[in-house]
Amino acid sequence: MLNQYLFIGILALASFAVPVIGIGFAWLISPKRANPLKRSIYECGLETIGETWVQFRVQYYIYALVFAVFDVEIAFLLPWAVAYNRLGLVALVDVVIFLGILATALAYAWRKGALRWS
Amino acid sequence: MDLESIFPRLQEIIAQWLSSFLPGWLAELLVILMVVLAIVLMMVVVVMVLTLLERKILGRLQDRIGPNRVGPYGVIQPVADTLKLLFKEDIVPEKADKLLHLLAPIIIVVPALMVWAVMPFGKKLVAADLNIAVLYVIALGSVTSIAILMAGWGSGNKYSLLGGFRAVAQLFSYEVPMGLAVLSVVMAAGSMSLQSIVKAQSPLPFAFVQPIAFLIYFICGVAEVNRSPFDLPEAESEIIAGYHIEYTGVKFAMFFLAEYINTFAVSAMVVTLFLGGWKGPILPSYVWFFIKVAIVVYVFFWLRASFPRLRIDQLLNFAWKFLVPLGMVNLLVTGIVVKLNVPVWLTVPAYWAGNFVIGVIALYLLTRFTPKKTPVSLR
Repeated sequence: MLNQYLFIGILALASFAVPVIGIGFAWLISPKRANPLKRSIYECGLETIGETWVQFRVQYYIYALVFAVFDVEIAFLLPWAVAYNRLGLVALVDVVIFLGILATALAYAWRKGALRWS
Repeated sequence: MDLESIFPRLQEIIAQWLSSFLPGWLAELLVILMVVLAIVLMMVVVVMVLTLLERKILGRLQDRIGPNRVGPYGVIQPVADTLKLLFKEDIVPEKADKLLHLLAPIIIVVPALMVWAVMPFGKKLVAADLNIAVLYVIALGSVTSIAILMAGWGSGNKYSLLGGFRAVAQLFSYEVPMGLAVLSVVMAAGSMSLQSIVKAQSPLPFAFVQPIAFLIYFICGVAEVNRSPFDLPEAESEIIAGYHIEYTGVKFAMFFLAEYINTFAVSAMVVTLFLGGWKGPILPSYVWFFIKVAIVVYVFFWLRASFPRLRIDQLLNFAWKFLVPLGMVNLLVTGIVVKLNVPVWLTVPAYWAGNFVIGVIALYLLTRFTPKKTPVSLR
């Protein structure tokens, strides 16, 4: 068991090393002749207008909020799903209630227009 | 010696040889490093093969030949591409957030490679058979979206930013139904370890037992790796190339690498969870695994040649208003079937009946309530 996590740790380090080595090696051998024109923003050849980092479309944020609810749901349901075979009928009833609450939340968000792209 | 256990045996022999002249912990560490190296190298080779195959297959599907200049049938095209990308100048835009711009291509590769730790390549061929493998894969999937947002934001380009936002909205939205589809598999198998899930798929793979979960997972898989028809985050014709516009050379290659590894990983997950993993007659198990994964990858390429791109509102609506409710209902039906206590030979027909009823109702609702006219989407 511990060995498995050791393996994953080492694999994580190796996965970091691959792009770092790649980018580092390319940095050593690639030409470096930057000029202002090259370093300008590429937006189809036009000069960029205004700031890029502006406050932008709250819609994405609302989706992220709805997502947070459902992602927690999946985290809660996974242990339930693993143990499901060994649990009694009450496990099914519990989850019907749990999913019912979540479905209500989804229906509420839907009704409120949180899922409408306008 | 049979072909099945050739790789574990090889590892054993090397471990014995190493421990004959090295202290035990060092030998063990070296063996782990060897496996890690094998995984990384395999993935690099897989990406090279996939880039060539994608261009070849796409070419054929579009009545072209595809690359055929470098080497016979263009087989060393990927090597030429790699060399070219390696020697390219690295351009960092003036307005970029330098740190994020540098970190994004590094971080995006990490989850792509780490997924392979838990993937069962064969009957005896899995690096770390974690008992929470499914959760591990889902968790790594969401790291990708952080890297993409970093790239989109850090480039300081408006199109990149749009691509980044789209990617995050899409990955988030499709992660939920994906998780729900995985849940019904976990429930039927009673375990989160991928090896046990593969073993639980007898006599029929889960794709034939729970077709709806399979379809949900497959669609979400296509969306998770930003492939066409869900390639909005990197739509060339609307937002140039999305989050990786401002990347050149090796940094761009890293995005490419991660994308292809992820495509391969999602195909491998589809195979492992739904198509019986490494199971198959006669041939060794790892050969079967790669055959099945190759078929799924081919379907991915095929989809790219066949379907037009969606709009962002269609994409999000499809996830939240169709796939999520469908996934929840499917989960409940799976739960009921598991608890029905029917005799063994009736389990599969019970699943079929449940899936058939949900499928018919879902299709009816889909055709009934799909708006004929949708508002013109903005971004």
